Amino acid sequence: MQQDKYALKLYDFAYEAANTCVQCGYCLPACPTYESMGKESQSPRGRINLVKMAAEGKIDIQKDLAEPIDLCLGCRACEVACPVNVPYGEIYEAAKEVITMQQQDKELVKNSSGRVKMQNRVLNQLFPSNKRLRTLGNLTWIYQRIGMYRLVQKSKIINKISEPMGQFEKILPKLESPFERYKFGQVFPPKATKKMTVAFFPGCIMDAVMSRVNRLTIELLQCVGCEVVIPKQQNCCGALHTHQGFIKKATELAKANIEAFESSAAEYFVNNAGGCGAMLREYDKLFKNEPEWKERAKAFVNKTKDITEVLVELGPLPLKKEWNGIITYQDSCHLRNVQGVMNEPRYLLRSIPGATYVEMEESDRCCASGGIYNLLHFEESMKILDKKMEKAKHTNAKTIVTTNPGCLLQMRLGVERSNLQHEVEAVHIVEVLAETCGIN
Amino acid sequence: MEQEQLYKLMQSIFPEKRILTDLADRYSYSFDASFGEYLPDIVVQPSNKEEISKVIKLANEYKIPVYPRGSATSLSGGSLAVKGGIVLDMSQYKKKLIIDRENLLAIVSPSVITADIHKQAENVGLFYPSDPSSSHVSTIGGNLLENSSGPKGLKYGTTKEYVIGLEVVTPTGEIIRTGGKTVKNVTGYDLTRLIVGSEGTLGVVTEAILRLIPKPQARKTLLASFNRLIDSGHAITNILSAGILPSAMELMDNACIRAVENYEPSGLPIDAEAIVIIEIDGHMAAIEEEIKKCEEICRLHHAIEIKVATNEKERDSIWKARKMVSPAITQMGPTKISEDATVPRSQIPKMMEKLYEIREKYELNLVVFGHAGDGNLHPNIITDQRNKEEMKRVEDAVSEIFEAAVELGGTLSGEHGIGTLKAPYMEMELGKDGLLMMKKIKEAWDPNDILNPGKIFPQPGQSKVVLS
Repeated sequence: MQQDKYALKLYDFAYEAANTCVQCGYCLPACPTYESMGKESQSPRGRINLVKMAAEGKIDIQKDLAEPIDLCLGCRACEVACPVNVPYGEIYEAAKEVITMQQQDKELVKNSSGRVKMQNRVLNQLFPSNKRLRTLGNLTWIYQRIGMYRLVQKSKIINKISEPMGQFEKILPKLESPFERYKFGQVFPPKATKKMTVAFFPGCIMDAVMSRVNRLTIELLQCVGCEVVIPKQQNCCGALHTHQGFIKKATELAKANIEAFESSAAEYFVNNAGGCGAMLREYDKLFKNEPEWKERAKAFVNKTKDITEVLVELGPLPLKKEWNGIITYQDSCHLRNVQGVMNEPRYLLRSIPGATYVEMEESDRCCASGGIYNLLHFEESMKILDKKMEKAKHTNAKTIVTTNPGCLLQMRLGVERSNLQHEVEAVHIVEVLAETCGIN
Repeated sequence: MEQEQLYKLMQSIFPEKRILTDLADRYSYSFDASFGEYLPDIVVQPSNKEEISKVIKLANEYKIPVYPRGSATSLSGGSLAVKGGIVLDMSQYKKKLIIDRENLLAIVSPSVITADIHKQAENVGLFYPSDPSSSHVSTIGGNLLENSSGPKGLKYGTTKEYVIGLEVVTPTGEIIRTGGKTVKNVTGYDLTRLIVGSEGTLGVVTEAILRLIPKPQARKTLLASFNRLIDSGHAITNILSAGILPSAMELMDNACIRAVENYEPSGLPIDAEAIVIIEIDGHMAAIEEEIKKCEEICRLHHAIEIKVATNEKERDSIWKARKMVSPAITQMGPTKISEDATVPRSQIPKMMEKLYEIREKYELNLVVFGHAGDGNLHPNIITDQRNKEEMKRVEDAVSEIFEAAVELGGTLSGEHGIGTLKAPYMEMELGKDGLLMMKKIKEAWDPNDILNPGKIFPQPGQSKVVLS
């Protein structure tokens, strides 16, 4: 096989990085898909090698490379395990980009499955638009409000269309009414002595279906002395686009976000979703060939913080109420492996009065939510999740805490699948902290 | 044989999902942590010994090569499918790990990750000393077939010292047992020892009985830096002749020190010619005294700086310097050729001198670190595979490294095995007849040359490794 133009692109984008891999295999035990699928092609070392082979023109990008890359969760635990610091994330995203590029060019889209078409539409039209997402959120609220969901669940109508969708419908959190929502452009005053001004990044999915968590986040920030600004012109962070290979779109979104947050003049840019935060913290990587933007992105990156970091730095929180039972924590891979935040959430959880914190075995291992991986690869994802739930059960926890919307929904699904819905609840860390601070 | 036909043969033994034929899968099993890329025709994932026996019998019937493969962390090309054929992916073999506390044994299946044996043994106060640096990834099957060891060889010996019994599928497909559960066993030939370190050419291990020892109660760690390499050498030999047997003695040369400091500054003395890390384990009272003695000896031999860890955190930071070597040196280039030429430990200073001469002569990025206590050095050449001209120089340098080691009474390999990379030099160490004796054994066990062909023994006329 010869290097065609896509192989050459892949060579340009990723070969150098892939070539830094010394194939020692130290990443193998860290990889959830290697563990669940038991094949080298589903391991980081295997995937890096396949990228190399595809760049060299030895294998076909669509026929041979696309699937192993598609089945990667992107949890990046392999980066932490790697003794020579291979930038797996970059290699993975470059591969995604070239795979997508070729699919688009070849108009494979036309003949592609409904899944791919749907994915493209969702990513290019729905996610970049806060308005459209909010409307969707509001419709969902109405749907829940009028009790239609009972009928839907009973008739299992969604399950007949798609099993994963049916499962997710069940675990969707109860939405807040459109009237309780914060507004873009709003400024919230501090509720304690003012320490700094921060700008809050509500995200797109969080904004649409978990606006309660966002509202509580703002209130917690106010409690520790922050003036909280919500910059008006902000967008989806672009993580989902990056992971599906739409780098151009992601770059557009990033530029808009950088501009919006720069104009807030805040000291920190705070988010509460591990996946979004990771994307925001890697904005500088999008601008390899645009030095001016790279500088601006770097400044943006340096100000970006996860909510748990800010609460620990500016705390202590005014904890008032007790929380009963055992709490355990499931790391958001992107918070832990990309942003390097692992101690702060644990520190906050240990400080909750009344509760006992129990560390879950392999809490650092991906729950297989992986952006929208669980929707795209339902069965593979559930295999990993069911194993995770076994570990969660061992802790006897009544509360499973996460720090990312995807992980939260996944853990709720896990609770449902293991029939624990009456004993265990999965919540965002902000919900536990707000509750114990007397906010709800 | 046509792939389709091969697939049909395998179908008679394995369920579909444990037969891998996609190009992506085959490429995924075409490499290890060493050099070269060899595409197998098919990959199968056995889960019991009967399946392995059947594959090997069929392979003999149709003359198809079979390559056992664990986690493929090999640095010598041990599992590469150099002649095409079947890769036997042992990593998915059913896992068994029993600690027999009463008899001080571990009974394990080959797919068990070696670090899990460490963990389980230590949980009940026992100890399995062999610890290759890849032990958290590598399978015990791979470890013992390659006879790989790590820094503890000095005090505790190598893997072969701890394997007392095996269950093996032979190269003709019979299932046999060797050795047993007793530490003493002199019944007939010691086939266990022959198979351990045979690099998968004499059998596929399906179960191993490992000897465990009581876990040392405590340990102490020291880091000493020296202005002159020769001083560090004297310090090492004098510590040993003073009757102290450290559990590890690791050496890093100036190039390593600089690389580590460049990569992540941690206050190592960049002008020092060598750093030595010494670890003592045993009874609390004994190690206190012994570490003091080590300190004195290092000082006597002009150590410029000595640090003794007072807690686990300080110990970790000392070992971090050693662990940073790999990432630090890979910054110098994408291709790393890691050798493990080993010399009698009294010859370490001389070997180092030779290595530096080779570095100058061929103008290569060559750094040296390793297990000084047992003479097992790791000269690493950092280069770029794409630079054909430089790779030629690397080939010559590698040959000279082996010549130097053998001349000083040493060996080609202390722990990585021969594989494909050192096969051309076997005669240099063993002589014609010595090598022929080994070959006769291989031919007697494996008349059809089915199991892991192309390893250990050089191809006719081959006298040098070809990397480019």
